[in-house]
Amino acid sequence: MGSRARVVFWSAAIVLLALLPPVVAALKEPFYLDLMRRVMIFAIAAISLNLILGYGGLVSFGHAAYLGIGGYAVGILAFYGVYSGWLQWPLAMGASALVALAIGAVSIRTSGIYFIMITLAFTQMLYFLGVSLEMFGGDDGMRIKTRSQFSGLVDLSDPVAFYYVVLVLMLASMYLVHRLVNSRFGMVLRAAKSNEARSRAIGFSPYLYRLAAFVIAGALCGLAGALLANHTAYITPDFMHWTRSGEIMFMVILGGIATGAGPLLGAAVLLVVESLLAGWTEHWQAILGPLLILSVIFFRRGLAGVLPGARDG
Amino acid sequence: MTFGLVFEQLLNGVQFGVMLFLMAAGLTLVFGIMNLVNLAHGSLYMVGAYLAVAATAWTGNFALGAALGLAGALLVGMVVEVVALRTLYERDHLDQVLATFGLILFFNELVAIVWGRAALYTSLPAWLQGHVELFTGSRYPVYRGLVIVVGLLVAVALWYVVTRTRIGMLVRAGASNRTMVAALGVNIRLLYTVVFGFGAALAGLAGLMAGPIYAVQPGMGELILIQVFVVIVIGGIGSIRGALVGALVVGIVDTLGRAFLKPLLGSVISPPAAEAAGPALASMLIYLLMAVVLAVRPEGLFSSRGS
Repeated sequence: MGSRARVVFWSAAIVLLALLPPVVAALKEPFYLDLMRRVMIFAIAAISLNLILGYGGLVSFGHAAYLGIGGYAVGILAFYGVYSGWLQWPLAMGASALVALAIGAVSIRTSGIYFIMITLAFTQMLYFLGVSLEMFGGDDGMRIKTRSQFSGLVDLSDPVAFYYVVLVLMLASMYLVHRLVNSRFGMVLRAAKSNEARSRAIGFSPYLYRLAAFVIAGALCGLAGALLANHTAYITPDFMHWTRSGEIMFMVILGGIATGAGPLLGAAVLLVVESLLAGWTEHWQAILGPLLILSVIFFRRGLAGVLPGARDG
Repeated sequence: MTFGLVFEQLLNGVQFGVMLFLMAAGLTLVFGIMNLVNLAHGSLYMVGAYLAVAATAWTGNFALGAALGLAGALLVGMVVEVVALRTLYERDHLDQVLATFGLILFFNELVAIVWGRAALYTSLPAWLQGHVELFTGSRYPVYRGLVIVVGLLVAVALWYVVTRTRIGMLVRAGASNRTMVAALGVNIRLLYTVVFGFGAALAGLAGLMAGPIYAVQPGMGELILIQVFVVIVIGGIGSIRGALVGALVVGIVDTLGRAFLKPLLGSVISPPAAEAAGPALASMLIYLLMAVVLAVRPEGLFSSRGS
């Protein structure tokens, strides 16, 4: 499968994504632009989870926490009349990184099933915190009246401009994670995943490397949260609901764990299937659940493992 | 804040604790023996609650309805094990988490299809509706008292079965070496199905007892499941003793926090600030407790797998 298939795959993917807005405009189907923007925002969240789950072996079941923190950072600043994206988005990432540092510092001391349960429990704690924030809408959440503003550079209320912003940020996230996992830092991270004892023996203590990856992933997912809040123009504690964490995790696995294109493929297939099923029946989760189980049991390589050229980023 | 009120809330904490214990015991048993992370344990709790409500309405008898609900949870658990989970024992935790997450989506939607999304409320029979006077000025609901007694009886029975009977011996042997037990002629697949069904029945028991106290609705299982995770992390995975201690600690801390944190804070900081911070802090209390325990003992208080 060498590098040629890879070049073909990535060029085709980028051209297709870049050509979507004019095609959608010609067909007069704005719904698909909206859907694809949502797919790419979730792809960023899945890319960030893939860094720690796929390459680091840290099975975090609480990744939606940063989606919520990023979203609330935008929402709360907008509530107080601060609409500048130059302030909102870095703050969303910074706050997410800080929370990831606190959660990671405690949970990375443990491993295996403890880690799964603890990340899930901390996210649930943040969910309840969101529910108890009466000032910012509590359980019901609150509307964000004005999208982030970038001093007239781009206008996010224009769907096509917003689409291209998300596309560029998604490609940048992919490139960042690709560079990270192929750097010395990434080598240590992957070594600790495949054999912790051996990586200790050659002199690397995995804890700090894992914590650093956990914080980077949190910050990146915080950016996805800021984008999602702008996309829905609404923020609720449901951003942090534990089923959200499960969905992001499933995107990574479905797309192909520890692959470059996997998170995008997984996000696209899951969200498209969800919206198709939801259009067909109110009880779509009764169909999605068994589909999920079947794909775990029988489809272990993930989508990127099937498509030529998609394995490596 | 009178002594009677504190005592009553303490009992409520114990009552919540024994329900957490019933859930945690099944979950920790299944993990300790089959090495299976079962997120769908909360679904079995929900199934137990719904089946008991339906059976009580059908038979018109609370005790009979509870018994049928229990049998139903046992059966559903065994079917789920045979159909979906059996192939996952050899897989890593990630696959198990995802597959059982799929089960949760399925079960939540299934009960919504059958019973609707609105919460069901059940009424207790007359003999369980009253209060008992514990001492002068302190009355406690009979039903909550019954929950405490049943939970503690199950804890004793569980201890007896696991440590003193032949089947308990097989269970412990299966936990430490599956291949060896199979080589000695024990049908290990059947044993696993029985243990899983037994864990499901415990979850169902917790669910059907929760019915009259809390609302019966889709998704009720996940709320308690995540608290059960906190219990297991604090108690230590695979340890039933740890599950009991962890469940009682979490039950009491959570209940007392919700009842008294706001007035306590109100006497230290300004009442409006306490009004805002009290409920938020109370709902975060058990997670903070978990963080503290983990910082001191990353493996939990009683980290002895399989005992």
